[in-house]
Amino acid sequence: MTAATYDLGTLHGGLRLSAHKSAATANPIYEVPVPGQLILPIAQHVGDPAQPIVGIGERVLKGQLIAESEGSLSAPIHASSSGKIVAIERWPISRRNGDPGPCIVLETDGEDRPIERWEEAPPYDTLAPDVLLQMILQGGIVGLGGAVFPTAQKLMQANTCELEYLILNGVECEPYISCDDVLMREHAAEVVGGAQILLHALGLDICYIAVESDKPEALHKLTDVLNEISDERIVLKQVPSIYPSGGEDQLVQLVTNREVPSGGLPTDIGCLVQNVATAAAIYDWIEKHEPLISRITTITGDGIPMAMNVRARVGTTVADVVNFAGGYTESAKQLIIGGPMTGRSVTTDRVPLVKATNCVLVMSETPSPGPEMPCIRCGDCAAVCPVQLLPQQLFWYACADDEKNMRSYGLTDCIECGCCDLVCPSHIPLTADFRKAKGRIREQADEKARAERARRRFEARNERLERDEQERKEELDQQKAAAKKGGAAAIAEILKRKKKQDED
Amino acid sequence: MEFKHNEAPYLAPRAQVSSIMQQVLLALIPAALAHIWFFGPGFIFNLLIAATFCAAGEAAMMKIRRRDVRTALSDYSALVTAALLAFALPSLTPWWVTATGALFGVVVAKHLYGGLGFNIFNPAMAGYVVILVAFPMHLNLWIAPRMGDIDYQYLTIIESLRYTLTGNLPELLNFDAVSRATPLDAMQSGLNNARTVDEVLTLPIMGDFGGRGWEWIANLIALGGIWLLIKKIIRWQIPVGVAIGLMFPATIMYMIEPGSNPGPGFHLFSGASMLCAFFIATDPVSAATSPKGRIIYGAGIGLLIYAIRTWGSYADGVAFSVLIMNMAVPAIDYMTQPHIVGHNEGSEPS
Repeated sequence: MTAATYDLGTLHGGLRLSAHKSAATANPIYEVPVPGQLILPIAQHVGDPAQPIVGIGERVLKGQLIAESEGSLSAPIHASSSGKIVAIERWPISRRNGDPGPCIVLETDGEDRPIERWEEAPPYDTLAPDVLLQMILQGGIVGLGGAVFPTAQKLMQANTCELEYLILNGVECEPYISCDDVLMREHAAEVVGGAQILLHALGLDICYIAVESDKPEALHKLTDVLNEISDERIVLKQVPSIYPSGGEDQLVQLVTNREVPSGGLPTDIGCLVQNVATAAAIYDWIEKHEPLISRITTITGDGIPMAMNVRARVGTTVADVVNFAGGYTESAKQLIIGGPMTGRSVTTDRVPLVKATNCVLVMSETPSPGPEMPCIRCGDCAAVCPVQLLPQQLFWYACADDEKNMRSYGLTDCIECGCCDLVCPSHIPLTADFRKAKGRIREQADEKARAERARRRFEARNERLERDEQERKEELDQQKAAAKKGGAAAIAEILKRKKKQDED
Repeated sequence: MEFKHNEAPYLAPRAQVSSIMQQVLLALIPAALAHIWFFGPGFIFNLLIAATFCAAGEAAMMKIRRRDVRTALSDYSALVTAALLAFALPSLTPWWVTATGALFGVVVAKHLYGGLGFNIFNPAMAGYVVILVAFPMHLNLWIAPRMGDIDYQYLTIIESLRYTLTGNLPELLNFDAVSRATPLDAMQSGLNNARTVDEVLTLPIMGDFGGRGWEWIANLIALGGIWLLIKKIIRWQIPVGVAIGLMFPATIMYMIEPGSNPGPGFHLFSGASMLCAFFIATDPVSAATSPKGRIIYGAGIGLLIYAIRTWGSYADGVAFSVLIMNMAVPAIDYMTQPHIVGHNEGSEPS
């Protein structure tokens, strides 16, 4: 019997938030029909944008590669349905809050014709890890938990480290979002299958699947699958439903009781974290040859009539999805891509769903808490900070733009989870202030680096000029000395050489 | 459809400064009623005068600083200052003494340092110390608590009000007739006159743990404080720190020489110890802010209270102790930064 275990490390602070998830999880996963037009941003992942390899007017099939990964950190993009490429142009995208970014526009033909399958690949467990990683790269798979780091590169980097644990993140601690929950309920086998592929690709023997304790059905389904396959390597762990226990570093701390070093990665302490949806996507690609062209997204909030989880093609616009879900209600005032704590508010619903879009949250106006008051140093922010910062002190230094103290009080360790904002009785937008301060520090660092480069160039130039001067002087001195020693014959010799030089 | 851009998070904050201050005030109500019961209506007059001058001082300073007067008044912080000051004053206090304390606290200690959130010193204690130094005679006039068996001349409400407004007692009454030494005063002078603690404790003003009446006010203050702890308005570190800092030396000294050192219970239930532990030292603005720092801050206050009571010339030392530790706050906060997750223990954060 494989029961979920609870032995966990400790995590400081955090908040218990009302989940607002049951409305969406009460419904099955609805399939959104393929819309007339799909908008596929070429930068859906962290790193370099993919390079389009299709021309305007070209016909493409579902699953066909339309943009290649470019550079050392990138992921390819596939056509989400069959149809014709009608434009490669700038279109509003969510990662720019609704400002335009480069996209491939695909007019679908309604046939949804898939590309011919490649020849049958051998079973994954007969493949060398390198070959498997190359295959994962071609599937266009990126981290689906929100960070959208290209998965293949993350795995390649991890393989250069001494790893101990693979951790699948099924925590999904942010309110409203339930796409991973329903995925685990309805596709537990794919999640576990993905875990097995990942274990093989990484050469690891231990995988923890971490799921929040408020998802009993997901836990139940995963337990069933694990019992069925009886794979000793995979262990289910329950974590308490405290936000932000699903943050990558926080989850590592909870599951292994190890702290990810400041500025480092979980792989530095032997852990690799993947989202459960990423694992399922890897399974779908390796076992069923389906590239990442659709995903489950939660459509929720009081701005739409019925909360639900949908499976939509990548590139379907928010407007299309909301239409499918029944349109907006009167209270639709904010459109948030992601959750209410860390999501991005976008200005238009013309933005497409991308690989990263786990939630579309349509909300009424956040109730105004009244004016921002001075900090009274109550320390409630410090009590909830999962990284154990002192936000009250950081805020003080951020106001003073005191970079040295901001750094020593751990500004760069802030994960921007938003807990401090929620408990602040003075309603100071701490997270936004810290985000801005980080930006300022980054800018200053860039400027410093630029100045340093310029200074070095300038110094090198001066040195070179000096050296040239010196060399010329030495040559002249030599010539003078030779002339003195050799007399008229030597002068004639020099003149002859000079003339020959001129002729050349 | 078009939408507005906002910054995350999108959930409304859960707390309000004004509701924190309101709950602090609520938590003081039982103790205030007990105070009125034991020491007469003077507390009400003191509170009204302190509140009026605190609010007026706050409004005037906000106006001068060209800030919004309404916001400042609606955070209730001036009222908390007034309430703490009223608890520190004898029930017979002329209005100008109260007004001086209130104005100094709010205008000088609070607003000249930048207003709410920026004051280094606890405004109520700064105001109290100023009047303690400026009007020592008035602040020693504690009337005896209302206990049936004490031979004592009571004042009527009118007489009490008249004293507050004019500073004059009714004819034929002098200070000696209405005032009594506080338990701490009695203990200090008794010990100075070579009496033992046990002898002093037999005096009629003494109760079960501390002074008669006083100990009940202390009980109710503790009750209010525990309610604040449960509501998470205050955290345990400072009250526990104060209690440890006060009771640790008291216990040791009591064990060494019980005849000349009152026990830890007497210290905890006398004077303003309890008020300090739960309501004065816990003023977040002027207290240390890291969890470890708060224990040190509280313990420092407790130790200083003990030291002043035992070896100083003042009977109680809460206000001085708090102000002294206020000065130490930046150093305490600097030295007690918690370990940031991901930074190796012991090494300087980079």
